[in-house]
Amino acid sequence: MKGANAALGAAGLAAFLALGEAVPRLGLVKEEYFPPAGRIAGALGDELADSAFWTALGSTLTGWALGLALAVSAGIVAGVVLSVVPRLRRATASTIEFLRPIPSVALIPLAVLLYGTELRSVLLLVVYASFWQVLIQVLYGVQDVDPVAEETARSYGLGTWARIRYVLWPTALPYVMTGVRLAAAVALILAVTAELVIGAPGLGARIAVTQASQAVPEMYALIVVAGLLGLLIDVGARSVERRALAWHQSVRGEVAV
Amino acid sequence: MLDVRGLKKVYESSGRRIEAVRDLTFTVEAGELVCLVGPSGCGKTTLLKCVGGLLAPTAGQVALAGRTVAGPPPGMAFVFQEYGRSLFPWMRVGRNVELPLKQKGLGKDRRRELVADALESVGLADAAGAYPWQLSGGMQQRVAIARALAYEPEVLLMDEPFAAVDAQTRADLEDLVRRLWRERGITVLFVTHDIDEAVYLGERVIVLSASPTVVQEQLKVDLPAERDQLHTRVAPRFAELRTHVYAQIQAAKRGTAAMVDRAGEGTSKGA
Repeated sequence: MKGANAALGAAGLAAFLALGEAVPRLGLVKEEYFPPAGRIAGALGDELADSAFWTALGSTLTGWALGLALAVSAGIVAGVVLSVVPRLRRATASTIEFLRPIPSVALIPLAVLLYGTELRSVLLLVVYASFWQVLIQVLYGVQDVDPVAEETARSYGLGTWARIRYVLWPTALPYVMTGVRLAAAVALILAVTAELVIGAPGLGARIAVTQASQAVPEMYALIVVAGLLGLLIDVGARSVERRALAWHQSVRGEVAV
Repeated sequence: MLDVRGLKKVYESSGRRIEAVRDLTFTVEAGELVCLVGPSGCGKTTLLKCVGGLLAPTAGQVALAGRTVAGPPPGMAFVFQEYGRSLFPWMRVGRNVELPLKQKGLGKDRRRELVADALESVGLADAAGAYPWQLSGGMQQRVAIARALAYEPEVLLMDEPFAAVDAQTRADLEDLVRRLWRERGITVLFVTHDIDEAVYLGERVIVLSASPTVVQEQLKVDLPAERDQLHTRVAPRFAELRTHVYAQIQAAKRGTAAMVDRAGEGTSKGA
């Protein structure tokens, strides 16, 4: 079954690439703006040989990873604190609902004013966008604590800290993992956007340069790289999730009893 | 050992006032196995949570070995009905049993010893490495019992622990509780809605009234200490006792008739 799926997936991808090759060659779209897949692949090969490309990729990944790490830690700490102190949760609920829907890209002017084209500009946008993803999941997760588990912990003398560590945290972990996975995807989008619009060094800035200099196949090659990056991040996040949640019913599957 | 005096619990929420437990007074002697039985919805769980320090009573007090219970005391262990939710699915069986001991501040060797001993005595010596959800319901409840045993409590509180397992498993677990009680000399307070179970297990049965709850009757179970599922349950004395408790529960549900019955043989047998 799994093998058949993989074969079907590969066939689909091959057909897509063939289409990408054929459509411009047949003159259905202008080759100028939509180069055939073969030429994009060639441009990708050239990029991979260029050290400037790797520097750009490194910058993007640095912005992504730093921003994500900051957002995840801040989101988890804020989420746990807010739910351990219900008063605080009620006091901040409306503010969170107001701040959360603000699109991160709307903060681009602010980022430019504050930090210009530095890495910190990218970080501001990445952290703002991914922080809410984590925070909201943590807030839901900690509400999911089973009253029986909580009472069990209390009856065996587990204090507040021990209950956070042994009951609240494992309960919230599946939610946290979902939050981190969403945040990782959003962080990449924002990192590339920030580079593209603000001009902070990275893949996004390189895409902007290729576009401005009419290097169309190179532009597509960089877009492909950004896409592959997104794919790798998702696959990585899912495998971390599966490992950390081996005990959870969403992962463990059916068990013979 | 355990002294419950004038216990009253009133739940108040958004203007509604529910008196779950009105006035309960009873004692459990050290090393005794006492069953609390009452009609469904009579506040048995509320009572047990007050005794275990998980709920603060509205009035009255609970004392364990002379000290007033104001929070979960270290000398008490709780076995809940919902074993699947009471065991932590993210920890293996051994870790589940060990966690309370860690909180107690016991050393690593002592913890390992207690965990092994407790799992051994519930017949799950080789299940330490499994996750709770890999075990059957009856085995999971055994793990919960092992966790309570390893905690070395003076008093073991059991809240309808076998209500969610099948009849055969239930019989095995009842015998397990009797055996552990006799071997280890712990004091057990066992809440159940099952009259047969109460009579089969208990040295004494406390019959509760319908809500708002008071003690309807206390009854000494004068069955031999050696009990087994085959013979004890068909003994004439067992039938008499269970019929008597059944009549009391029915009376408790009707409310007023309780007084008549009480004037009869009931209280004279009380402990």
